[in-house]
Amino acid sequence: MTGEVIIAFYTFVLACVAGFQLISKVPPTLHTPLMSGANAISGITILGAIAMAGGTGGFAAHIIGMLAVLFATVNVVGGFMVTERMLKMFGSRK
Amino acid sequence: MLGAANLPLNELLAHFGYIVSILMFMVGIMLMGRVKTAKNGNRLAAGAMLLAVIAQLVQMKTIDPVWIVVGLVVGALIGAVASIRVQMTQMPEMVALFNGSGGLASLLVAVAAYAYGGIPSQPLAGATIAGSRGDVNGLAVMLSILIGGVTFTGSIIAFLKLAEKMSGKPILLPGRHAVNILLAVLVAVFIALGVWVLGGGVGLALLVLVILLSFIMGITLVIPIGGGDMPVVISLLNSYSGVAAAMAGFALGSHVLIVSGSLVGAAGLILTQIMCKAMNRSLANVVFGGFGAEAATGGGGEYKNVKSADAETAAMVMADAQSIIIVPGYGMAVSQAQHAVRELAKLLEAKGASIRYAIHPVAGRMPGHMNVLLAEANVPYEQLFEMDQINEEFKSTDVVLVIGANDTVNPAAKTDKTSPLYGMPVMNVEEAKTVFTMKRSLGGGFAQVKNTLFECPNNFMIYGDARKTLEEIAKAVKEG
Repeated sequence: MTGEVIIAFYTFVLACVAGFQLISKVPPTLHTPLMSGANAISGITILGAIAMAGGTGGFAAHIIGMLAVLFATVNVVGGFMVTERMLKMFGSRK
Repeated sequence: MLGAANLPLNELLAHFGYIVSILMFMVGIMLMGRVKTAKNGNRLAAGAMLLAVIAQLVQMKTIDPVWIVVGLVVGALIGAVASIRVQMTQMPEMVALFNGSGGLASLLVAVAAYAYGGIPSQPLAGATIAGSRGDVNGLAVMLSILIGGVTFTGSIIAFLKLAEKMSGKPILLPGRHAVNILLAVLVAVFIALGVWVLGGGVGLALLVLVILLSFIMGITLVIPIGGGDMPVVISLLNSYSGVAAAMAGFALGSHVLIVSGSLVGAAGLILTQIMCKAMNRSLANVVFGGFGAEAATGGGGEYKNVKSADAETAAMVMADAQSIIIVPGYGMAVSQAQHAVRELAKLLEAKGASIRYAIHPVAGRMPGHMNVLLAEANVPYEQLFEMDQINEEFKSTDVVLVIGANDTVNPAAKTDKTSPLYGMPVMNVEEAKTVFTMKRSLGGGFAQVKNTLFECPNNFMIYGDARKTLEEIAKAVKEG
């Protein structure tokens, strides 16, 4: 194993712990919007997609990367907009 | 990372952007946990995503923008149109589709990474891709493909079941446990071979095999699960899509992917656990699939002595009631009855009744599904009660109005040990003085279990579409 991978593991473990802490305190009312918002965040894979689509990896990487950008963007844009729509309804009342 | 001083300026700036965006994601999720701040939390997370994308572009030395722009524009259009046109009642299906889209993206990123640099010959060792950023890690590539593929087809099946384009009943393949074990072993062997032994053309063949197997596994994971259990499945798949993104992060050596992906992975897992608890199931049972499938055997039988009422009778009883609890279920979502419910509740409040809503944790098809629908109809937040808060109140309540809920109000879950629902926490609606249950017919719920509530002497069925029935009751209350 290289040092880089080990550091990545530290990051992974700590982020998981943080995730458990952040989420465990959410009231059920917000579970659907939260799931939808978290789902949009999982579209972070868009960064990898951009690196592949616009990098120097050759034609195959360009094409596959472009498709990845497309699907990841659907996830990100759709996810955040749908969450916004749901939360707007919570905001409209006192 | 520790040798940051040697990094060129654009890399430094990019990493700074990533770190800020990670903080924004975390604060965003925290804010999304409270009703007052939830909207800001979502916007903060969206801003974090934008910042991360910009940082990514800054980090890349050479950019071939055409491919990126095409993907971004087409994807944004599809996502925006879909999210504007979807109706609130179809939200669970939509989230399932978006989730599947994200899973597919992670799969494609891993495939592109393979096409880019190939799988390194050494296990778990990073192989630097020529002329680009980061490392490609073979095992992470394979895992990202596996989890992304399972998320993709699993979400598609969940979508088809929720949209009722496919039967909501569990589909049981003969010997499915053996099949699942065989699939798992096969995929493990292919991944091991792909990572440790082979590269080049044979490696590519193995990669394709892993893709195909992951697609099959996604399908076999979700088809044995009944439509009523879909909330748990969506939550679990949401978690998977986060893990897939984290694996893509390992594959590319991107910490921002690892952190954000595992945040979502942990979030989905916690939500899944909460829902499992509410349904009296273990998480292991869900992870290995096939739960809710054995249910369809016991608890059947014909209904006897079921009483029914019409809208006018219900209106008369409710107009005299002091305390009313409304119990919504999936039937309310199907007939889009949330506004009609609110209208009727307003009329009854004007007549002096206290109105409360009792929300079962797994009512509807997603956690909080009912809350979202009722919020859309401007139902005051203070009137919504969770099951645990209100379950003791039913016995001192005049009228309970059950709108298209079934398994969540079945007393057999408390008393009948042979019932497949036995042990699941349910609402004690039968303890109220009078219960009106709105339902299309006497057919079973998703679990296809006989509901003994319908035979209780104080329960009256009102058959028909929930929204129409509610409007008729409201009309009768107004006129009476």
